[in-house]
Amino acid sequence: MAAPTKELELVSVTKRYGATVAVDAINHRFQPGGYACLLGPSGCGKSSTLRMIAGHETVTDGAILLGGADISDLPPAKRGTAMMFQNYALFPHLSVADNVAFSLKMRGDDKPERLKKAGEMLELVDLSNLADRLPDQLSGGQQQRVALARALITRPQVLLLDEPLSALDPFLRIRMRGELRKLQRELGISFVHVTHGQDEALALADEIVVMNNAVIEQAGSARDVFNAPTTAFVAQFIGGHNVIALPEGLFAIRTDAVGISRSETGSLQGAVTAVEYQGAHVSVSAQIAGDQQVSALIPENTFFNNPMNPGDQVGLIWEETDLHKLTA
Amino acid sequence: MALPIMAVLVFFLVLPIIMIVTVSFWQATEFSIIPAFDLENYEFLFGSNVTYRVFFNTFKYAFITWVFTLSIGFTVAYFLAFHIRSLTWQIALFLLCTIPFWTSNIIRMISWIPFLGRNGIANSTLISWGVIEEPLDWLLFSDFAVILAFVHLYTLFMVVPIFNTMMRIDKSLIEAARDAGASGAQILWNVIIPLTKPGIMIGTIFVVTLVMGDFITVRFMSGSRSANVGRLISNDIALLAYPSASATAVVLLLTVLIVIGLMLRFVDIRKEL
Repeated sequence: MAAPTKELELVSVTKRYGATVAVDAINHRFQPGGYACLLGPSGCGKSSTLRMIAGHETVTDGAILLGGADISDLPPAKRGTAMMFQNYALFPHLSVADNVAFSLKMRGDDKPERLKKAGEMLELVDLSNLADRLPDQLSGGQQQRVALARALITRPQVLLLDEPLSALDPFLRIRMRGELRKLQRELGISFVHVTHGQDEALALADEIVVMNNAVIEQAGSARDVFNAPTTAFVAQFIGGHNVIALPEGLFAIRTDAVGISRSETGSLQGAVTAVEYQGAHVSVSAQIAGDQQVSALIPENTFFNNPMNPGDQVGLIWEETDLHKLTA
Repeated sequence: MALPIMAVLVFFLVLPIIMIVTVSFWQATEFSIIPAFDLENYEFLFGSNVTYRVFFNTFKYAFITWVFTLSIGFTVAYFLAFHIRSLTWQIALFLLCTIPFWTSNIIRMISWIPFLGRNGIANSTLISWGVIEEPLDWLLFSDFAVILAFVHLYTLFMVVPIFNTMMRIDKSLIEAARDAGASGAQILWNVIIPLTKPGIMIGTIFVVTLVMGDFITVRFMSGSRSANVGRLISNDIALLAYPSASATAVVLLLTVLIVIGLMLRFVDIRKEL
């Protein structure tokens, strides 16, 4: 699996449906061989972007480059990409092995050869013993692994995953995300994963691309995006942040960087509105001047050394260096 | 709720069939019908060459009609389900398909006669175009006319179940096939046709049973020159030979049941019901 991976690049890619702009001239260069997450609320254009990369949606304007070659007008199977669909889209009338071997059959490989290759792929996703089953007879997690094997059998340069974990229950979701990450490392190809779950994106991605209103709000490594959101939207969407309007402008500060003191010594004064016990932490919400809510995530034992109740007047304290100025 | 429905079914379906089976063992003379248990109706039926020819003819009509209704019905359903993007248009065009059904079967059948006749529109048009010199006499009162009428009458029974099944095919399967490099023809053959089989089978059952049970179309469109089992029965009834008609009906019923039984062995339609 040491084949050099090609770089996927979007050059002012635009998608318009009539008068509505779904994707507005976005530019992005994906890390070759990396795990990228397109993150955003529904309707932000992330799925359209993925479907354009896959070739299931035409590009209205701009170009999609893979390894420097323009693939915007190629049919899906000729692009070097493969897609894993949201509901897996397994063929219900075909066995697991035939599902996985489908693209080889379309290509005209003969039966023994394609079944042998399908067997190898099924081994990779650890489903060899279920090769003869029909998709209906599999659990959600197994179906997903079949869909993965089917997408990977063409040896794509880029695997595109459209909300692959959304159909699974929370427990399985966490397990499958570990498997996805492991598989991506083993194969060394680029994964582009569309999700609206920030925890999923943070857990999986080398690179997070946050989209909103048809444009990319911010792109960067998971740590960069989480620690230094550049816009209020990103700070709110990625979670764990307060967005505070101060006289000097709009700032983001991580909830766990906010401390609470009883005295009136903090940077801002407020009144506690809610206290929520979350196990390792206690989340304290306070209302400050200007009707703004600020949350502070306090380590459990710190809080209970000095407990507070709704209605208490408190001072909020933070290091100036933890404040990030937001552009919008 | 089950009891009244059971009563209706017993009264209108089970009892008449029991009646027919019973009468099929009765004896008949030119002027009387005698209750009895006698196999002579069946002996006569299976001993007659006419029976075999008429049954063969019935199967022939059913098969040829099936081939045409299936190819036309599948094409129409495919077009409606996969090429018409908006639901409004799908419904509109689907309703358009049903418009011929607002008139009766017989009227739709009879309307072919002035069109296909020796001096009908079809012949005079073909002559005026110079395609033919003499009027074609096989257009009307022939197997051609019978099958044309059957196809016209029954294609919708193929369109409806096939369209219904096709509408349930998840569109992402088509995308997944395309993603795997399948061409349009390959998608049709490897994805759409296998997934449409139950609809095809339901349409087939409709068409085959309708054609095999028909007698009026064959009589009108063949000008009484061809016969199928239905006409055999209707002739017997006209002669008041009820026991003989019943025996033929029982054999036809069993034949149709066997045909359907065989078809259901190949395709599971339970998911469609």
